[in-house]
Amino acid sequence: MIARRRNWLILGAAVLLFVAVATWRLALLPGPLAFAGGTQVDLTDYRGPSPAGVPAELANADPIAKGQYLTQAADCAACHTAKGGKPFAGGRPFKLPFGTIYTPNITPDRETGIGAWTDAEFLRAVHKGIGRGGERLYPAFPYASYTLLTDDDVLAIRRYLSTISPVRQANKPLGFSFPFNQRWLMTFWSAFFNPGHRFRPVQERSAQWNRGAYLVEAAEHCGECHTPRTIMQAMNTRQKFAGGQAEGWNAYNISSDRLSGIGAWSAQDLAQYLAKGHAPGHGVASGPMGEAVELSTSKLTPSDIAAMVTYLQSVPAVHTKASPRMAGPAPTLASAGPTNNPVGKRIFEGACASCHAWNGRGAITAEQQLTGNRAVNDATAANVAMMILNGIGSPEHQGAFMPSFRASYSDAEIAAAANYVTARFGAKPSRVTAEDVRKMRAQ
Amino acid sequence: MISIQVNGEQRDVEIDGDTPLLWVLRDVLAMTGTKFGCGIAQCGACTVHIDGVPTRSCRLPVSQVGDRAVTTIEGVGATSAGRRIQKAWLDLEVIQCGYCQSGQIMAASALLATNPSPDDADIDAAMSGNICRCGTYVRIREGIKQAARHG
Amino acid sequence: MAESVLSRRHFLGSGVAVGAALVLGVDLKTADIAAATPTVRAAFAPDAFIRIASDGKARLIMPQTEMGQGIYTALSMLIAEELDLPLDGVTLEAAPANDKLYGNPIFQVQATGGSTSMRGYWLPLRKVGASARAMLVAAAARRWRVAPESCRTEAGAVIHDASGRTLGYGMLAASAMLEKPPAEPKLKEPADFRLIGRSHHRLDTPDKANGVVQYGIDAMPPGVRFASLACSPVLGGRVARVDELQAKSLPGVKQIVVLEDMVAVVGDTSWAAMRALAALDIIWNDGPLAAVSTETIRADLHAAANTEGHVAVDTGARAKLSGDGVISAAYELPLLAHAPMEPMNCTVHLTPGHCEVWVGTQAITMAQRAAAEEAGLTPEQVTVHNHLIGGGFGRRLEVDGVRKAVRIARHVDGPVKVIWSREEDIGKAPYRSVYGAWLEAKLDNGKPVAWSHKVVGPAVIGRWLPPAYDGKIDIDAVDGAAETPYDFPASYVEWVRHEPRGVNTAFWRGVGPNMNVFATESFIDRVAHEAGADPLAFRRSIIGKLPRARAVLDLAATKAGWGDPLPTRSGRGISLQYAFGSFLCTIAEVSVADDGAVTVTRLTTAVDCGTPVNPDGIVSQIQGGMIFGLSAALHGEITLVGGRTQQSNFHDYRVVRMDETPRIDVHVVTNAEAPGGIGEPGTVSVQGAVANAIYAATGVQLTRMPIDTALLAKDRRA
Ligand code: FES
Ligand code: FES
Repeated sequence: MIARRRNWLILGAAVLLFVAVATWRLALLPGPLAFAGGTQVDLTDYRGPSPAGVPAELANADPIAKGQYLTQAADCAACHTAKGGKPFAGGRPFKLPFGTIYTPNITPDRETGIGAWTDAEFLRAVHKGIGRGGERLYPAFPYASYTLLTDDDVLAIRRYLSTISPVRQANKPLGFSFPFNQRWLMTFWSAFFNPGHRFRPVQERSAQWNRGAYLVEAAEHCGECHTPRTIMQAMNTRQKFAGGQAEGWNAYNISSDRLSGIGAWSAQDLAQYLAKGHAPGHGVASGPMGEAVELSTSKLTPSDIAAMVTYLQSVPAVHTKASPRMAGPAPTLASAGPTNNPVGKRIFEGACASCHAWNGRGAITAEQQLTGNRAVNDATAANVAMMILNGIGSPEHQGAFMPSFRASYSDAEIAAAANYVTARFGAKPSRVTAEDVRKMRAQ
Repeated sequence: MISIQVNGEQRDVEIDGDTPLLWVLRDVLAMTGTKFGCGIAQCGACTVHIDGVPTRSCRLPVSQVGDRAVTTIEGVGATSAGRRIQKAWLDLEVIQCGYCQSGQIMAASALLATNPSPDDADIDAAMSGNICRCGTYVRIREGIKQAARHG
Repeated sequence: MAESVLSRRHFLGSGVAVGAALVLGVDLKTADIAAATPTVRAAFAPDAFIRIASDGKARLIMPQTEMGQGIYTALSMLIAEELDLPLDGVTLEAAPANDKLYGNPIFQVQATGGSTSMRGYWLPLRKVGASARAMLVAAAARRWRVAPESCRTEAGAVIHDASGRTLGYGMLAASAMLEKPPAEPKLKEPADFRLIGRSHHRLDTPDKANGVVQYGIDAMPPGVRFASLACSPVLGGRVARVDELQAKSLPGVKQIVVLEDMVAVVGDTSWAAMRALAALDIIWNDGPLAAVSTETIRADLHAAANTEGHVAVDTGARAKLSGDGVISAAYELPLLAHAPMEPMNCTVHLTPGHCEVWVGTQAITMAQRAAAEEAGLTPEQVTVHNHLIGGGFGRRLEVDGVRKAVRIARHVDGPVKVIWSREEDIGKAPYRSVYGAWLEAKLDNGKPVAWSHKVVGPAVIGRWLPPAYDGKIDIDAVDGAAETPYDFPASYVEWVRHEPRGVNTAFWRGVGPNMNVFATESFIDRVAHEAGADPLAFRRSIIGKLPRARAVLDLAATKAGWGDPLPTRSGRGISLQYAFGSFLCTIAEVSVADDGAVTVTRLTTAVDCGTPVNPDGIVSQIQGGMIFGLSAALHGEITLVGGRTQQSNFHDYRVVRMDETPRIDVHVVTNAEAPGGIGEPGTVSVQGAVANAIYAATGVQLTRMPIDTALLAKDRRA
């Protein structure tokens, strides 16, 4: 009983604190397009081609195809498909500091999926983060971004989802502990941090820019990973696109800062990265970004990719301190590298060098280049270690492939390999420990 | 139609450009000296030279070869390093089942061509990507050293 | 009838008329020699062991398969030795499938494995060579009208020194056939050996250095198509449903074959087939074995250890194993894949009434029968082209792949080459079984007075060669346990047959002795430790009746510098064995880092395999065998979850690479004993030696392979 009462007290205090801090933070958080200046107008008042819906190439496509395009643009499949599971049947775990949350089944199965939902219920969930039974959803579901999607687009997605094969698969219960399992708390969160309105284009900007903004902010919800979060787990738009975290991976700075962001990338580099998951000399999309490319951006039309690029390049530079100047070429001679990490060297020798080459330029294909790669120049080496653990792609498919070394090396060995890679090819050697890798494994 | 230059000869192949060079060599050109071992760049059995650089042909789409020269085990004997390595391999009886040895010889001759007197560390660095299940590593090391001495 | 592509292309040369040849066969069971008299020639020509034709060369019909062990060379040396031919005077032709004529003298079936080739053929092949020589001499003597004893042979010719006359074998071949083979051919004395005991270059390697040699995977019959297959990831699973939509639209795809337990794609290239196979959405019905995991397999093994087995040795140890001074320990080995470098493959061309198979197999007649069964033909209607093998290690004693390829070929028009992806090979192969050993010993006055060893493992021979299994003791399962190098006053060796659920098991390089020597040698160190004795001294004190064992032990110890000081957390460990008819001692030197990482820095081996036929070949086999064993000790383990293997390729089923290869010194003892096996002993000796070296370095005795470095970390709490 006492423990129970104490919990309630803590909860009460937490709520008060939350309200106070959140209110203050809210007053300061700019909207997603605030950086652009100009006048934001309602879509109905916007003069110009609508930035929403499908691109011109698909104007005459049937409604299902349009819905599919938008479903891909919003990358629903990535989160709502478990590893090895059926598409959209949910069950993919997201490990958050307070516990594990599993994505729900969004196939048209009437009992376990969303087959029985009304359109209004669907709209309410996507825009407001409210479930069918009125329960509050956690913002792991990016409704703070999806709220910008137009009703038409949300319903087009809904229509497409109703055409896929239903999968009977019950949703997994929430794995949060008290007090985080108190869904009603999200009411507050939502009230403060969900903009709660549809996309509002900037009248002074070009149609392409506005289309790009709609794709980046509403559909692709890039900021959800690439914008750092406040302690209230809201996107800190004052640091827009300055980098965040996703499932143990670092989501890098994609503001236009030349050193820490993508300011030095050409439009062509960016377009190729989004379309193919690889830009020469800049690295390969892997982890969650690899999925985003595979399931979403690679399916976009060239015009939409171009629009995203235009928009992304306009996002103001935010310099992040932890981004050093990228290292240049590495030595060709094996022995010329770091000498204080024999374990890392041995692993690189046996399992890595034949693809990546001792100079890091890639021995077989351009995707294997390590130098100039953000992950390799990231002194946390988080993504390098995650890549060694999880690999990239699959051998029979097109595009970059790297096997997963999760099972073959110990935590200490993977840490040593990651540290060797950053020391040899990056700006600053990392100090990943076996303990870090142990945590990454659990991701 | 894709055109590649293999052992000095221009070869035209009618094949999907995603097909790895390994399978073009083996299944289309019937040059079976280059071996399939793993398909994921971990074993080295498929090693060929692309402009002299040892390269895993199992991961190289044929469309990316371009006009670079491909040398395979069938042609490496025409190079000085390749000839010396092959001779050392026979002198020292390096080979057992032999299945990995096309790749070993290609990797070793590329090493020798760029580094005329490799030491143990150089050999580890260049050869550790090539697996030999019969365990001929001790003699491969000796073979490379002998070929270097007889340079 | 089968013939070998390789032999025709590389050894046979131009055809030679049989009529002018001396053709000799040998009954492998009795080693009786028979000549091909004109009347009976049809009965065994050309399926005889040697044929000497007018070119003077001896053509050996090679019953054994070359898979890297150098047997082509070593067996040719035996013939050339007794015939007084130079080594290049012997040409080889791979024997066709015929158990009666070419059955391995030890197995009685035509198979290569178990380190039996030299042991089985040492006398028969020398006898056939000696008989041929005697008949050639007799023919020459008759022609010259001199006493045969006054003639000698050298370099392929009969010489009569007194008259200065010489006749080459080619000139004598036809008339020699009319001579009677000697009842008991006189073999050379070891002192007279010109070839045996000296290192010779191998006959099979030149074509392996330039990409010319053709393994099974290189067979290219005209019009061949390429197939890739996917079997159920769970043993015994069935195909429930296949969605072909995406795969069908890919370029280069010719056909999708869906069978009840596997799916194959046939394409223009192997790659096209592999890519399309990956694009297929196959739903499997896993069946009951989806419940199997590494944990259930281990639990079953331990449960089996509590049951009664069959007794292999009982000299009254059990009664003595009580009271003070009884030490006990249990040891365990995991599942292992063979992962030969040449992935499994088989090319099949099925036409009405005939089946042609290209494959590299260690068991050609089994392959032939398997193909016949699956094709619905008789064995005579199946031609097997046996190729050189890109690594066997026991995997190619199994013919499961031939069966699958023929089943696929039944649905394909024209020849089809089926290649297993590495993932398919490692993920779904028959494996080396799990084994367990439970040992007890009683120490009295620092001496082991009683010794008991209970082995739990499968009867691989029982399945693979039923006639060799009496239903009680699988001779392989207790090899290395029933007979050890040591004199225990009382012993008890028991074997419990246990076949792990959910996997197929197979022979694996080193077979039964892998477990038994690892367990015995680990336990000897444990007992020595309890006795407060040095492992070398302790072993010396309990070797009595086998001086050859003591000799290799002492030689290895001297060469390895036993007793020389080592840095901290470094150690040396011994493994001594008598298996496959050979004595071998390996001393490993290791260093263990503070985090438990193990580096094997040196392996020193002394081997006495009797007469060393081709000494350099022996060294090579020991070197390679040790690295094979080292891969198992350091990295080797197949694990299962939900009935599915978790390893798939060389990135997660690691094997030793160049940079992990220690210094290896092999010392071959020369004597005149009959040769022992050499393909496997090296592999067997590594695990025990390395484990004992780790024991010496850290005080921790590892009882399971592969090495678990977590148990060796310096700050690990006991
Ligand atoms: S087949 Fe290419 S590296 Fe193994
Ligand atoms: S010689 Fe057999 S795999 Fe290397």
